[in-house]
Amino acid sequence: MAAPLSVEVEFGGGAELLFDGIKKHQVTLPEQEGPWDIRNLLVWIKKNLLKERPELFIQGDSVRPGILVLINDADWELLGELDYQLQDQDSVLFISTLHGG
Amino acid sequence: MPAPTCASCGVARAALRRPRSGQALCGSCFCAAFEAEVLRTVLAGRLLPPGAVVAVGASGGKDSTVLAHVLRALAPRLGIALQLVAVDEGIGGYRDAALAAVRSQAERWGLPLTVVAYADLFGGWTMDAVARSTAGSGRSRNCCTFCGVLRRRALEEGARLVGATHIVTGHNADDMAETVLMNFLRGDAGRLARGGGLGSGGEGCALPRCRPLQLASQKEVVLYAHFRRLRYFSEDCVYAPEAFRGHARDLLKRLEAARPSAVLDLVHSAERLSLAPAVRPPRPGACSRCGGRRGPCEEPPGSPACDPAAPAARPGPCACE
Repeated sequence: MAAPLSVEVEFGGGAELLFDGIKKHQVTLPEQEGPWDIRNLLVWIKKNLLKERPELFIQGDSVRPGILVLINDADWELLGELDYQLQDQDSVLFISTLHGG
Repeated sequence: MPAPTCASCGVARAALRRPRSGQALCGSCFCAAFEAEVLRTVLAGRLLPPGAVVAVGASGGKDSTVLAHVLRALAPRLGIALQLVAVDEGIGGYRDAALAAVRSQAERWGLPLTVVAYADLFGGWTMDAVARSTAGSGRSRNCCTFCGVLRRRALEEGARLVGATHIVTGHNADDMAETVLMNFLRGDAGRLARGGGLGSGGEGCALPRCRPLQLASQKEVVLYAHFRRLRYFSEDCVYAPEAFRGHARDLLKRLEAARPSAVLDLVHSAERLSLAPAVRPPRPGACSRCGGRRGPCEEPPGSPACDPAAPAARPGPCACE
């Protein structure tokens, strides 16, 4: 049972184009049965924020390879990736690396 | 699971783990390590000697932004001068916005910027015009193949204009690995013979080129830009979806998921390649008309850029034709 959470979800490196060009989103995640981990956050994002072409952002139950995830400015690899349990006021940043440089 | 402490300063919380060493570093120590590695790459390969005037191929994108920023920080230590050179391929709805990003970077960094346009260099041929002329040619449109050839030439011209002694581009390890895959897939003996297409010491009278970021993974380039708060232009070229490189990139990403070291391993394999004598192509010479590097054609067999039967559609590996 997860209590409602207030988190900041941010998109960069071109990923924002899939979200109406808006980079920062202040999000309130409602109370729900299961935990608020990154896995469930992605489901929520796909349902509520993603405007187009989900396959460019999500692959299976994770992000498309080439999209970096930083939680409070740290690589999610250090924090358990999809299993990381979100806390109130956390900031999650998705940066796409999938374009020419 | 709380993040570990930085292995370098021992004070700050670690922000990432380096892929090769597994070392956990904070943002600040990672950036310092990244810069130290670029310095090591340049010094070990004697890539940019003291006194060099270095033309930086600047597109406004993530790689050239990071490259210019790092070289600017290292310039006093290396004793080099920097010139930004941006190429305007004439791609509507894309290049103007990217050039705006380069201009604002040049101003912020206090670096001189020169823009060279395809239209000026190649008799009015913009990439949009090339794309239109190659559309409906019966195979998948490969205007990108032309663009690669033309951009190299344009960068060379821009570098000469500013009196550069060396050219640097922002290719990262992922780019190099993709290029190796592409050359194998296209049977490009010429480029594979030259170390998989990874670099050029400056054959004939071409300026020496190098890629100081070639050992940096794309992920680390993006993270460096993030921690140094660098702004860059992050849209794909409008023609990119048609480029063959996309296939190589998708394949590489899948391979990397299964085997993280695949990217750098591919680059190292290519560097160690040597072709059998029977298939080694003759060395390229210079065009007798304009001195540009040309033929035997650099283009893979069957590529329209190499098709002598269609000169009108071929700006040519030597663009003066």
